[in-house]
Amino acid sequence: MSSSHDTHASHAAAPTHEKKHLALTLHVWRQRAATSEGKFVTYKLDDVSPDMSFLEMLDVLNERLIANGEEPIAFDHDCREGICGACSLTINGQPHGFERETTTCQIHMRRFEDGQTIYIEPFRANAFPVVKDLVVDRGAFDRIIAAGGFITARAGSAPDANALPIAGDVAESAMDAAACIGCGACVASCKNASAMLFVSAKVSHLALLPQGQAERSRRVLAMVEQMDKEGFGNCTNESECEAACPKGISVANIARLNREYLRALACGD
Amino acid sequence: MSSPTTVEASSKLASKCPSGPLAERWSKHRFELKLVNPANRRKFHVLVVGTGLAGASAASSLAELGYSVSAFCIQDSPRRAHSIAAQGGINAAKNYQNDGDSVHRLFYDTIKGGDFRARESNVHRLAEVSVNIIDQCVALGVPFAREYGGLLANRSFGGAQVSRTFYARGQTGQQLLLGAYSGLMRQVGEGQVKLYPRHEMLDLVVIDGVARGIVCRDLTTGEIKSYAGDAVLLCTGGYGNVFYLSTNAKACNVTAAWRAHKRGALFANACYTQIHPTCIPVSGSHQSKLTLMSESLRNDGRVWVPKAKGDTRSPEQIPEDERDYYLERKYPSFGNLSPRDISSRAAKQVCDEGRGVGASKMSVFLDFRAAIERDGVDEIRSRYGNLFQMYERITGEDPYRVPMRIYPAVHYTMGGLWVDYNLESTVPGLFVLGEANFSDHGANRLGASALMQGLADGYFVIPYTIAAHLAGRKLGKISTSHDEFKRVEQGVRERIERLKNAKGKRSPDSFHRELGLLMWDKCGMARNADGLREALVKIRELRDAYWQDVKIPGDAAELNNVLEHAGRVADFFELAELMCMDALHRNESCGGHFREEYQTPDGEAKRDDANFCYAGAWEYAPESPSGKVGWSMHKEPLVFENVKLAERSYK
Ligand SMILES: Cc1cc2nc3c(=O)[nH]c(=O)nc-3n(C[C@H](O)[C@H](O)[C@H](O)COP(=O)(O)OP(=O)(O)OC[C@H]3O[C@@H](n4cnc5c(N)ncnc54)[C@H](O)[C@@H]3O)c2cc1C
Ligand code: FES
Repeated sequence: MSSSHDTHASHAAAPTHEKKHLALTLHVWRQRAATSEGKFVTYKLDDVSPDMSFLEMLDVLNERLIANGEEPIAFDHDCREGICGACSLTINGQPHGFERETTTCQIHMRRFEDGQTIYIEPFRANAFPVVKDLVVDRGAFDRIIAAGGFITARAGSAPDANALPIAGDVAESAMDAAACIGCGACVASCKNASAMLFVSAKVSHLALLPQGQAERSRRVLAMVEQMDKEGFGNCTNESECEAACPKGISVANIARLNREYLRALACGD
Repeated sequence: MSSPTTVEASSKLASKCPSGPLAERWSKHRFELKLVNPANRRKFHVLVVGTGLAGASAASSLAELGYSVSAFCIQDSPRRAHSIAAQGGINAAKNYQNDGDSVHRLFYDTIKGGDFRARESNVHRLAEVSVNIIDQCVALGVPFAREYGGLLANRSFGGAQVSRTFYARGQTGQQLLLGAYSGLMRQVGEGQVKLYPRHEMLDLVVIDGVARGIVCRDLTTGEIKSYAGDAVLLCTGGYGNVFYLSTNAKACNVTAAWRAHKRGALFANACYTQIHPTCIPVSGSHQSKLTLMSESLRNDGRVWVPKAKGDTRSPEQIPEDERDYYLERKYPSFGNLSPRDISSRAAKQVCDEGRGVGASKMSVFLDFRAAIERDGVDEIRSRYGNLFQMYERITGEDPYRVPMRIYPAVHYTMGGLWVDYNLESTVPGLFVLGEANFSDHGANRLGASALMQGLADGYFVIPYTIAAHLAGRKLGKISTSHDEFKRVEQGVRERIERLKNAKGKRSPDSFHRELGLLMWDKCGMARNADGLREALVKIRELRDAYWQDVKIPGDAAELNNVLEHAGRVADFFELAELMCMDALHRNESCGGHFREEYQTPDGEAKRDDANFCYAGAWEYAPESPSGKVGWSMHKEPLVFENVKLAERSYK
C-alpha cells in the first residue's frame, strides 16, 4: 500500500546528469574576527551542478571543508528566496553579483561558465564591520529605523481600514518603496558607502501614505540624523545603489528624501 | 451539543475556555481577567523570544502598555524572522466584498479546515480579532493592495468560498512583519524594549514551578548568558525543518520550544504537519530548501497531469481531452482551490499512479494558459509577476510559456506547545504564541491564517491574558545570580562541550539530511503503522550515532554556524521521535495527518471522532538511568457546541 518510497526518491534526487557540471576557482574572503586581518583563500570545485544556487555551491564547499577538518566559511543567509535580506555577498566586485534585481541566494550556477574564477567578499562599508568571513554587522540599519522609521499606532486604537481610502496608484508607489529588504547592497555598492537609498525608501513609503503624515517631518529629520551618526557617507548621485538593489528601489526616492528633508527643515519641526 | 468522545480529560490540561454563547466568550473573558495597574507595569519584565509576526507584535504591544521588555532573535535583525517570507496573504472577516463573509463563517471555515481538531473558543476569538488586525496593520502603514477607488482589495485562498484574503503583492508577510518590526523598533528607540539579535535561547529557567528566565548563546561571541524576567513568551515559529527540506527559512528550528518541553511544557499534536501543494520540485541532491509558489496562484492556475501513464510528450503537445484536471474533477465545488492537505495528497496520488510530469516524474503542471488567454499577459504579470520571476530563476523555465511544475513540500506545523485559552503553557509564566503553539488550526491550517494567528496572538490576545499571570501570581524578585540560572547555564555549556567533543566524522548537515529523508518517507504526506515503527527504531539509532560521530570544526567561543546547526539537529532528533509516536498513536486520518490504514473507499481521510476527538499533549518523562527517553500522553477532549462534526467534504 505504501508508495512513500517514490516520494522519498523525489526528495532525494532528480536527474541533473544531462547538464554539464562546472569547474570553478573561488577566491573567498576569510577573516577570523572583526579585529583580525582578512585575506582571500583559494578553493577549487570541479563538479558544480548548474541547478545549484550560489549558496548551495558554498554549502557543498563547506561540507568538504568540514570533512577535511577545516573551518567552513561563515556567511549570512536564511530565507534563500530573496526576501529576508540576510545574504550579503559581494561577487566579483558587485554586491549580490551581476544579475539585476537578484539577491545572492537567488543566483543559480547555470549563470556561470565552466572554468570561471569567482571572487567572494563580504559587503564592505565602515558602517558594516565584518563579524567573521563574509558576515557583517548591519545593526546600523535597525538603529536608523528605531530613530524614526515608523508610524505610531497603538494596538487597539486604529480606525476601520477602509475608513480612509488610498488611491490604488498611491498604495502601489508606497509598496514600491516598501519593498526594500534591508540587505545593505546599496551601501556596499556606493563609493561613499551612503545609506541614502535605504533611508529614502522608508521615508518615501511612509510619507506617501496618509497615515504617515503626522510624523512626516520628525521622521525624516530623526532618520537622517541617525544615518549621519552611524558613519554612512554622503550621496553624490552615482546611482550605483539603484543598480545593485535586488528589489529595484529607484533613486527617485533619494530625490524625494531630499525634498522631504528640506520641507521638514522649512517647517521648523 | 456534540461531544462525540468519551475521552477522559487530563487534569494537567485546563483549557480555561470561558463558557456561554460563543460570540460573547472573549469579551466576557477579557472582563474577568485581572488588570495590571499602569504604574506597576514597568516593574514587570517580559522576555519575548522571537521577533516574527507573533514576537514583534507581542513585544511592541506589551512595551506600549508600559511593560519592560527584552526581545531575542537568531537573525542579525528582527526584520529577518521567517515571517518575512510569507507571500500570499492574511485572512480577515471584514466582508468588504459583501460576498457573505462574517466572523462566524471564518470561524466555521477554520474549524472545518482544521478537520474538527481545534478548540471552538480559540478559533472564534481568532475570527473576531481578525478584523482589528487589518485596521492595525493599515494604521502602521502596511501598503495592502487596493482597488482603483482606494478601497482594500481581496483575493480568495484555498478552503474558502469568499474573498477575505488581504495582500501586498506577493510579499504580504514582508509588509506585515516590517509593520510589526517598525512598531518594535519604535519601542527600542524609546528604551522600552531591549533588543538582543544574534542570540539563541538554549534553555528555559523554571524556579518554584514558574518560568523565570532563559539562557542564551550570544551567537557572535559564543558567550552563554542568562536573562531573568517575570514571564517568558516563546514566539519561535514552527519546526518544519525537522524534514530538512521544507519551505521554511534555514534557521527555523524547534530548539526553544523543545527545551521548554523538556522543562515541563507539554507538546501537543506533534504529528500534524502541513504539506503545501504548490512548491518547486527538488532539482538534485544539493537541494538545501524548497521554494513555495504561493497558493494564490491557484486562483488562476489550473492543476493537471496527462490522463495516460508515462506520457512523455511536452505539455503543449497534450490535447485538452487527454489532460486530467484532477482537482476540478474530484472536487468540483472547490476545484483548484481545494484545501492544502487534500490538494497535496491528490498530487501524490497521481504521481504514484505514474502520471507525474518532469524528468523525475514527481511533479504536476500548474498551467496559466487559460488565464493568460482570458485576462492577458499583462494582467497575469501584475498579479503574480514576482512569483513567476522567482520560478524562472530557480528552474530556468518561463512560466508564461510553459506550465509551471510543482510538487508538495513540508510547509507548516500545526502541532506545538500546548497552551490554554490565555496562551499559557503547562509551565506557569511560559506563554507560547504564533506557529510555535498548537492552538488554532487543528489538524490543518487554511492558507493566509498563520499570519492572522501570529498577529492576533501578539496584538490582541497576550496584552490582556498576560495580566492573569502577572497580577494573579505572587512573583518574587529573582536575578540571574539565582542558583538555578547557574545550574541551567552549566547544563547548556556541557551540552555544547559534548557536541564539540564527539570529534566524529560527519557534519551535522549530513545527519540532518538523513533524518529529513526518513521523516519525509515515513512520517510525511502519508503514514502507516509499520513505517512509523520502523522510523522510530531508525531515528533512535541515528540519534545515538549523531552524538558519537558528529564533527564540529572551529571554536565555540566565536561565531560558529556549524555549532548552531548542530544543537538544533540534536533537538530535531528528539522531536522526530515524538512526531512518529504521535502519528502512530493517532489511529485515524485527519487534516495533515493521513494514516493509510484509515481512509474512505475513494481515498479521503477517515476521522474517528468517537476515539480521537482530542488534542493529544505529550509530557516529557526525563531520561531514566537506562538512557531511554519517554513520554506520557495527556488528552484534552474537544467539545463542539456550535458546529456539527461532519465529514469534511470539498466535493
Ligand atoms: C514560504 C512561506 C510562505 C508563507 N505564506 C503564508 C501566507 O501567505 N499566509 C499565511 O498566513 N502564512 C504563511 N506562511 C506561514 C507563516 O509565515 C508562518 O507560520 C508565520 O510567519 C510564523 O510566524 P511566527 O511569528 O510564529 O514565527 P517566525 O516568523 O518563524 O519567527 C520566529 C522567530 O523566533 C526566533 N527564534 C527561533 N528560535 C529561537 C531561539 N532558540 N532563540 C531565539 N530566537 C529564536 C527567530 O529568530 C524568529 O525571530 C508561510 C510560510 C512559509 C514558509
Ligand atoms: S537569504 Fe534571504 S534574501 Fe537571501
